[in-house]
Amino acid sequence: MENPVLKIDHLTVRYGKTCEYCRNGGELDKNTCPHCKTVWACNDVDVSLYEGEILGIVGESGSGKSTLMKSLYFDFDITAGEGYLKNFEDGKSDIFAQSLQQKKYIKNHIMGMVYQNPMLGLRMDYSSAGNIAEKLIAAGHRSYDGMNERVAELLDAVEILQSRKKEPPKNFSGGMQQRVQISKALANNPAILLLDEVTTGLDLSVQAKVLELIRKIRQEFHISIMLVSHDLAVIRMLADRTIVMLDGKIIEQGLTDQILDDPQMPYTQQLVHSLL
Amino acid sequence: MEQILEIQGLAKQFFLHEQGREIKSCRDISFTLAKGGFIGIVGTSGAGKSTVLRCIYRTYLATQGSVVYDSLSYGKLDLVTADERQIIHLRKVEIGYVSQFLTIMPRTTAKQHVIDGALDAGFSYEESVVKAEEMLRYFRLSETLWDIYPNTFSGGEKLRLNLAHAMVKAPRLLLLDEPTASLDNNTKLLVKELLMKLKKEGTSMVGIFHDLEFMEGLCDQVYNISQGSFQKSREVS
Repeated sequence: MENPVLKIDHLTVRYGKTCEYCRNGGELDKNTCPHCKTVWACNDVDVSLYEGEILGIVGESGSGKSTLMKSLYFDFDITAGEGYLKNFEDGKSDIFAQSLQQKKYIKNHIMGMVYQNPMLGLRMDYSSAGNIAEKLIAAGHRSYDGMNERVAELLDAVEILQSRKKEPPKNFSGGMQQRVQISKALANNPAILLLDEVTTGLDLSVQAKVLELIRKIRQEFHISIMLVSHDLAVIRMLADRTIVMLDGKIIEQGLTDQILDDPQMPYTQQLVHSLL
Repeated sequence: MEQILEIQGLAKQFFLHEQGREIKSCRDISFTLAKGGFIGIVGTSGAGKSTVLRCIYRTYLATQGSVVYDSLSYGKLDLVTADERQIIHLRKVEIGYVSQFLTIMPRTTAKQHVIDGALDAGFSYEESVVKAEEMLRYFRLSETLWDIYPNTFSGGEKLRLNLAHAMVKAPRLLLLDEPTASLDNNTKLLVKELLMKLKKEGTSMVGIFHDLEFMEGLCDQVYNISQGSFQKSREVS
């Protein structure tokens, strides 16, 4: 059987001091301990992501989807768990146990992240080209011409006119900002792309452009993608497999069409039956 | 004769948690499909015909029974319990599923849709373009439609595009879920002719059809599924 490009074991992120009750697996009120009010944002999550696949993540707000993504991108410190990347020390070293420098290396060379809120992923006052160049410089690029060429290539890939590369993203529409974020995330040819609600809030035609772009990226670069979305149509269209999260835990996972057409768990059935 | 598919005691029940109800969709389904054979399934609406196909394709998780498929990639494999990654691979290169409905990415032209099918199966872009054009011609989709978004296609055109998308990877097993349900007679005849051609070329198929006449000369065996029973109704020598 093939090895995953990313393997996460027992990932736990919690906020609060915990008490004996919740530490020993006592029943939580959703994801919160009824005694000490500790929030278990991600609770013993196992995920495997394979080469070239798109893994969908669905679940209600507060279920831990974004916490999972941001933990993988080292935006949050995790409480417990281990993670292994095929492209980092042959998958033998726990990425969460690495030094700050090594984590930066992983962020700049192996992973790319696109946030739901472009303000988190872009410097709104820098030029769009500058935003992408920042990522290239972080990965060790120093040649001005080389970087210029790469920026042009990336902006072309996401269909942003070269004539607008010097404009800051704050001048752009939401869809264009997402596309600049995607080009920034792709700058150093990452093996893994984390997409957190990238189509939320975009009108249908812009959403279609972003979806087309994701499909193109997967086909051309053979990248593995983790895709969080509330839009089940987007998940059906793009994801090979899907995991369903509720209260910080994975409650169901399977082939995307199986999850959406034959959901097994009560929450997943509720979610699918709520579709318009 | 060598079998490509052996289904034994297949049953599917849906449990609806919110309503606290169990729906029995099909049970005791057993049949075998010979390599290059064509099995037709008939039955009234709601009898569980599509459920059988979807259990084979693993869109539905079978409650009981086995669906053993003789794959090129993994040898004999029970599709009910196979790993999801194996199923994804088989769907990309060995097993095709065609219905009357077209599911397509937004802003994707007809030709690109077929190219995507070939790319998924692992062909290079150049090879995929050549194969896609071959398939579109094979299924007689007018060249003027190739670069158009297919939302506006007629039912027959959508179906032929679906078939081209499924067949571009040359699947060994093709599952046909009422593909002709909404087609006029002329288009049905064209589809029948194309399916007969695929059969002659060695594709093994399981298909659901409402139209008994359509199945004449096409299916080797016809099974009738009705509440609680699954019986061979006809064998064509």
